[in-house]
Parts: sequence; structure tokens; C-alpha cells
Amino acid sequence: MSEIFSATVIIGILTSGIRLATPYLYAAIGETFSQRSGVLNLGVEGQMLLGAFVSFYVAFTTGNLWLGLLGAMIAGALMGLAMAYVTVNLQAVQGISGIGFYLFGLGMSDLLFKMLLGTVETVKGFSVAPIPVLSKIPVIGEIFFQQNIMVYIAFLLVPTAWFILNKTTLGLKIRSVGENPDAADSLGVSVAKIRYFTIILGGTLSGVAGASMSIALLNVFQQNMTSGLGFIAVALVYFGAWRAWGVLAGALLFSMVQAIQLRMQIIESISLSPDLAVMMPYILTIIVLVASVSRVRAPAALTKPFDRGD
Amino acid sequence: MNLPFSIRFEKRTDDVPKWLPAATAIGSVVIAFLISGIVLAFIGGEPLRVLKFFFEATFGNWAVFSDTLVKATPLIMIGLACSVAFKMKLWNIGAEGQFYAGAFFASLVVLVPLVPPDAPKVITLGAMVVMGMIGGAIWGFFPGFLKARYNVNEIITTLMLNYVAIFWNNFWIFDKWSDAGFQMTPTFPKTAWLPRLADLAREYPVFSGITLHVGVVFGIIAAVIMWWVFKRSRWGYEINLIGDNPEAARYAGLNITRNIILVMMVSGALAGLAGMSEISGVVHRLQEKISAGYGFTGIIVAWLAKLNPFAVIIVSILFGALIVAGREIQPAGLAYLLQGIILFMVISSDVLLRYQVRIVRKEQETV
Repeated sequence: MSEIFSATVIIGILTSGIRLATPYLYAAIGETFSQRSGVLNLGVEGQMLLGAFVSFYVAFTTGNLWLGLLGAMIAGALMGLAMAYVTVNLQAVQGISGIGFYLFGLGMSDLLFKMLLGTVETVKGFSVAPIPVLSKIPVIGEIFFQQNIMVYIAFLLVPTAWFILNKTTLGLKIRSVGENPDAADSLGVSVAKIRYFTIILGGTLSGVAGASMSIALLNVFQQNMTSGLGFIAVALVYFGAWRAWGVLAGALLFSMVQAIQLRMQIIESISLSPDLAVMMPYILTIIVLVASVSRVRAPAALTKPFDRGD
Repeated sequence: MNLPFSIRFEKRTDDVPKWLPAATAIGSVVIAFLISGIVLAFIGGEPLRVLKFFFEATFGNWAVFSDTLVKATPLIMIGLACSVAFKMKLWNIGAEGQFYAGAFFASLVVLVPLVPPDAPKVITLGAMVVMGMIGGAIWGFFPGFLKARYNVNEIITTLMLNYVAIFWNNFWIFDKWSDAGFQMTPTFPKTAWLPRLADLAREYPVFSGITLHVGVVFGIIAAVIMWWVFKRSRWGYEINLIGDNPEAARYAGLNITRNIILVMMVSGALAGLAGMSEISGVVHRLQEKISAGYGFTGIIVAWLAKLNPFAVIIVSILFGALIVAGREIQPAGLAYLLQGIILFMVISSDVLLRYQVRIVRKEQETV
């Protein structure tokens, strides 16, 4: 038992927990933008899978990781564009249409994988890039500042998203479209444009989330490799009460449990079932939703299509 | 371009013609097949050969058609489960979890065991049906209760409970009931197997190797009952009213809280029954990955069927074929891709139900 409480093990868990938080962060921060504008994008999982494949394939064939990342962004953005059309123009039921995008991304990424690669390959993904000075700090340096570039960007995204949503005109427009689209419309804000923007941004970041798995975290592509992570990202936005910092807390909860679970598989003396351990964050998410229901309120227009009535 | 006429979309004021929903649904499927074929050709596949193979592998002879129906069976029940929830605009996307919960609870009958191992087949199977539906209903109850009582979004809770059910099952399969270290329970005794057509092979040799089981009958009975509920019963009328106009329903004195919980439980019970039918009719044990994404495919089934119970049966057969084909044909993945595109097309064509297309002559317009 004492083994797991040793300093090296704890540092190891925290380090991998920070790293594992990356895909959650990209996807959930992107989702925060779309939900703040009133759109529940349930297709995150599909966008991630397509992004994961495209980035992997481009990086594998060209050897350039940044091109791969760009490919993931384009793939995610295109799926976002289609999602925006379905949501804004066709006014689809968002709880349903997202499942279609999930299955599309699941099938498309698998199809492309079978046709273009055929076998599981590996790439040399983004390697650890220690930050000068900071990485030398004992413990903290090791946990936070000896990661790959995708991890740093993911964590920088949190304050950036907070700033954009709360301190800029764009953020104000996004929030007003999500709270009261009729009022926003009468003040001259184009609800359609804002929602197109946030959904495409969400798609782009979901694509990056997929890339962060296939060319930074795992460095392989496999069918259905996200295995539900994109759906968790959607729930994390609820968990975090539509705030960037809350989303960060939720992402860390899931990633830390995952890191502990991975470690427990190595140390066999632990008797707690890993399946029960990984179940906990899901139950906790529901509990948090119930507990926070009287304190926080979802964007008033969330999941409601906007019709100008013309 | 200066055309002598313009095309306009206008909000429908009259009722939708009766044939139109079916026509748009069929059109959506055809167009989705075309698009997938183009995608396949574009990345170097042979769409026509795949299409031919698709029909041969799914409808080509009685044996493969029976496989198609076996895959359609859980989809029928899950499609109905989604339909009843969607009628009330409850977006239950937790059928996957309710399916697993149903499978787990039905397994308890054999594994605990809840009935003596030498009990007659009817008793064992009856108990499994009841337990499966109870398991699904419990999994539906929580999101329903939280929605009705605290207004917690059911999309998120049902989604989270999907994972809880899957990990819960894994816990028992891996740790408690594992068969010699494998990720599955021991095979159930024959008394817990739903009868198959193949069981009659001794008297009727044509049935030899036909895997179709009684579960499909459960699905058809459930469809008839749901049709009656939607069309003829007072409760069905309440569900429709609450779905269409909750304000009016409230003024009419309907108990919305109770109906939300009840509908979610019925929805869960139907998905749970699908889980029972799958383990008792197909795999004959509780194991990992008993669902090929049925819970999600069922959502698309319900939507394409426009929540009509009989249409759910027909659409389920098509999607059952897609699942069989996805397992048989290369490249795999095509089946899910098609499902996604079909839904996209259905959503697009729904516009035709809300709007009517009018071709207006320019001269007319200026008047």
C-alpha cells in the first residue's frame, strides 16, 4: 500500500494527469463557446475522431506535425460548418443531430483509416519541450513544465477563453445570443453569424482535441480511439457551469482519475476495481449538476433554435 | 442569373400531405446511399461492387436475412424506446446504458440465481423479461426524476449513465462473474435461451442454422402496443399534448412531472428489454461490448421512422442490414458513415415538412 503514496508515484500521476487533460480541455473549451451562444454540439466525439485521423495521416505521410495539426483544424472546422448549417439554417433538434455527426465522424475516420492506412502505424508525436527556468523548479516544474507544446496551449486556452467570453465585445455578443437571441437580434447582432462562428470554432478545437491524442498523447490512430471522451467534454461544460475555469476543474477531475487508474493497473496490490474507479467521475458529474441547479443557470437559449420569423 | 421565376420557401399553413413524410424518409435514404457511394469512389473504393455485396450479405438468402433480422431486433425495441421519449421532447440518448442495465438485471436471474436452476424455461425467461425491463426502467427513472424534479438536462444525465452502466457491467464481468479469467460470464443454461428457429431444425430442416429468435416477436408486440398507446389511449394523447405544447398541457391539468418520469421509465424498460433479448437470444451470457452502438443507432431509427412504431420496424430492418454489412464488408466504417449521412438527409428533408416550396413567376411577384 505504501508504494502508491511515495513522492515519485504521486508526481508521476500528477504529470500524466496534466497531460491526459489536454483532449478534454480543447474539446470542452470549444464546446463552451458553442453552448454559450445557445448551441449544444453533441457531435464533438465525431469531430475529434476525424481530427485525430486527419492529423495522424498528414503527419504520417508528410512527417510534419504542424501540418497534421492544421489538417485536424480544417477537418474539425468543416464538420463544424456542416453542424452550423444543420443547427442554424435547418433548425434541427440539437440532441438528435449531434448523434448523426458522431456516427459520421466515427464511420468516416474508420473508412479513411482502412482505405488509406490499413494497419495501425505510429508517428513520432510532439516531444516533451521543457520550459527554460520554470521546468527546473522542483516538483512543480516536473509536473507542469516538462510537457509537450499541445499541453501548454491547452492550458493557455483556459484564461484565453475566459478573457474572450467575459472581457471582449465578441464575448458579450456570444453570451447575449445564448441568453436572449431576440434582444440581441433587435440590437443588430446577427444571431446566425455568431452561432456559425462559435460552432465552427468548437469544431476546430474538437479537431485539435483529436490531434492532441493521435499526434501528441498516444501517437497512433485506431478506430474509435476517443471512446466517449468527446461526450464527456460536452458534459464537462455543464459540470463547469459554462465557465472556462469550471471546465478546467472538471477536465482535471476526469484526467486525474484516469491517471490514477492507469497507475493502479501497474501496481497490482491495489484491490479497488478500476471499473468502479472510472465510474466515479460520471456519477459525480450528475451529482454536481443536481447540486448546482439552484445556483447556476444554463444559457437561457441553449438548444433553442432561433427563428427571426421572416 | 436571371430566371423568369424564383423559388420560395414558405411556412406551411395547411396540413402536411400524408404521403410526404414517408417520401422524404425514403428519398433521404436513397440520397444518403448515393453520397456514400460517391465518397467511397472518391477515396478509391468500388461503390457498385460494395452495393451488390451489401444486398447479398444482408438480403441474399434466408440465412443472411435472418442475421439482418437478428440485428434489427434490438433496434426495433430501442427505436420504440427513443420514439416514446422523443414524442414528449425528452431527448433520451441513454438507450445504450438502459440496454446494458437491462442485460445486467436479466442476467441476475441466472447468475444470482433468482429462480432455481432447474426451473421450467417459461419461468426463467419470464423472470428475465421482467428483470430486464425493470433494469432499463431504473436507468430511465433517474434522468426522468432529475428532469422532472430539478430540471436537470436529460441529455447529459442519460449520456453519463451510459458509461456508468457499461463500467458497472464490466466490473461484474471482469471481477465477479468472470469465466476462467475471460471477460465474460459462463454460458447461461439452455433454460435461459430464447427459442430460435434453428431449434426446430429436426422437424423442419429448412430452419437449420437460422439464428432468428423470439426477441423479434417481443419487438413486434411492443410496436403494436406503442402504436395503440400513441393512437388510441388517453395516455398517448397526454404525451403528445405535453410534447407539442407543455403550457397548454399544464393548463389542462395534466401532471407533467409524473408523465416525464413515467415516459422515461417506459423508454428505459423498452431499451432494457432489448438488452435482455440480446443476451438471452444471441450471446447467451453477459459479456463486454454486447451492443454494436444500438443505443445511438436507435436514435436515428426513431427519427427516420418519424416516431411511428410500425415504421420503426421497417427502418430497423434496414439498419440491421447496415450493421450486418458493416461487419461483413470492407471497408468497415461505411455503415456508421451511412447512418450519419442518412440522419443529415432526414433533418434536411424535414424542412420540406415545415415549409412548402413554391415556384413564383417574376411578373406575378411584382404585382
